[in-house]
Amino acid sequence: MSLDAVPARPGFTSELGRVAKAFPTLLRVGVSEVVAYRAEFLVWILTTNMPLVMLAIWHAVAADGPVGHFDQRAFTTYYLGVLAVRLLTSNWVVWQLSMEIRDGTLSAKLLRPIHPIYALAADHLSAVPMRALVISPAVAILAYVGWDRLLRHDGALALVFVASLVGAWLLIFFTMILMGALAFFVESALGIFELWLGVHAILSGYLVPLEALPHWAGAAANVLPFRFMLGFPVEALVGLLSRHDALWALAAQWGYVAFFGAAAVGVWRVGVRHFSAYGG
Amino acid sequence: MTATAANEIRPRRAGPAALLRRYAGLFRVQLAMSALTAMQYRADFVVKGLIAILWMGVTLVPVLVVFGVRKSVAGWSFPESLVVVAWFTLLRAVLEGAVSPSLTAVVEHVRHGTLDFVLLKPADAQFLVSTAKIEPWHLVDVVGALALFAYAFGKIGRWPSLLNLGTGVAFLGLAIIILYSIWILVVSASFWVIKVDNLSYLFGSLFDAARWPITVFRGALRVVFTFVFPIALLTTYPAMALLGRLDLKTALAALGGGLAFAAIARRVWRRALALYTSASS
Repeated sequence: MSLDAVPARPGFTSELGRVAKAFPTLLRVGVSEVVAYRAEFLVWILTTNMPLVMLAIWHAVAADGPVGHFDQRAFTTYYLGVLAVRLLTSNWVVWQLSMEIRDGTLSAKLLRPIHPIYALAADHLSAVPMRALVISPAVAILAYVGWDRLLRHDGALALVFVASLVGAWLLIFFTMILMGALAFFVESALGIFELWLGVHAILSGYLVPLEALPHWAGAAANVLPFRFMLGFPVEALVGLLSRHDALWALAAQWGYVAFFGAAAVGVWRVGVRHFSAYGG
Repeated sequence: MTATAANEIRPRRAGPAALLRRYAGLFRVQLAMSALTAMQYRADFVVKGLIAILWMGVTLVPVLVVFGVRKSVAGWSFPESLVVVAWFTLLRAVLEGAVSPSLTAVVEHVRHGTLDFVLLKPADAQFLVSTAKIEPWHLVDVVGALALFAYAFGKIGRWPSLLNLGTGVAFLGLAIIILYSIWILVVSASFWVIKVDNLSYLFGSLFDAARWPITVFRGALRVVFTFVFPIALLTTYPAMALLGRLDLKTALAALGGGLAFAAIARRVWRRALALYTSASS
């Protein structure tokens, strides 16, 4: 199908207004969906257990003395931070989108008076409050164990951290829309995304703190987008970054957000023109 | 329709030899079908092979980093841990190449109600669903695992004796049986609670912990990973067997426990199947 079916193209501001009006409802729908499928929701959360496994391993390693300037306590706060940030910012847009493109259910969504990207955003944002609730015990332990270094007790750094969380969410969301929209063109979009995930696991700080990587890998991680999806907010939270470094990282992160946002929208526009729904 | 009805349509009972021959033939046909399907998507085949190699690297990075700072962790040296990683890689190939794809398909069948067509066929349903889909590109993982074994034992400088090798192979069989049994239990759950596709992700994420020797885990995690979700049986004990560090009593107890586990899984599957009432038709 083509976009011709959409009523006369409205201006951008009126579109934003419409989205703003619809958003609370969309969020409410999302939240009640989470509540309805709560068992499934919990199982999904439990699948993010790698940080805890890595924490156990580093604990065993650091039992006889600190590694670099990470002692057992620093590892605890780091990996609990990874767990919290990961659960708050991750989503599954790429699977959803590539599936909807492939089986044609996207065509019905294109007919709705709201752009599918906004609908997807609302869908995944509405999971955040419940996720925050579930991981709050982990955050409490983190705050208790790492209190003396938490955000370096600096209000400015706290603001940077909040901004970095929002940035990480947007960055992950946009990269996933981009990869998912590749399904408009190629069959193995999910395969490409899996390659991306593999690199992400290493260069985002998910498996090991970036400091522990060899020097050249750490340097690469500083310029690539992966660190800004996870490692950077965690480092800010547990007090590994000075205010100066954090501000620079924040600027880089939001630069990436803008870049991937534009790329995602661009690929989407071209792709949707390509799209001839199968079923629907 | 119900499962019992399907079982009654089975042809007259034949001798065990004839039965074995029949199932071997069926297995060949299923394998050929999978290979043909996989070869239809050649570009996908290459991408999947690349992914397999990449994930092998991702698996190794934390191990390399950890042993970059310590000579030994929880009683395991670097090459010894590599033996565990090699077992993990090998089992992951089996799991993702032969076990998961078929059984994921069962969950789909149950949800759509198309399991009827499988149950109607004159062969054992568990056999049919378990061999329905095999993904051959995971052979890349097998090759990687063998390379890791060779490198690790080369580094240790002492090759496993014939007895150790024999125990290792026995444990490989056991590990596959256990993996398969856990999977069958997960799939059986799909007869009660339809939406379990994400249970398979949970399973996969827990299995990831099997790349580490069990001794690095302490307290509750150790207990869970030994008895509840026995990754110790999957990778640590086999590695110990190859390294000649496993005593006979532990080995026999592990083998017995694994077989009992498989028997229970088979019983649960039969019970679950009896409960199945088609979804759509």
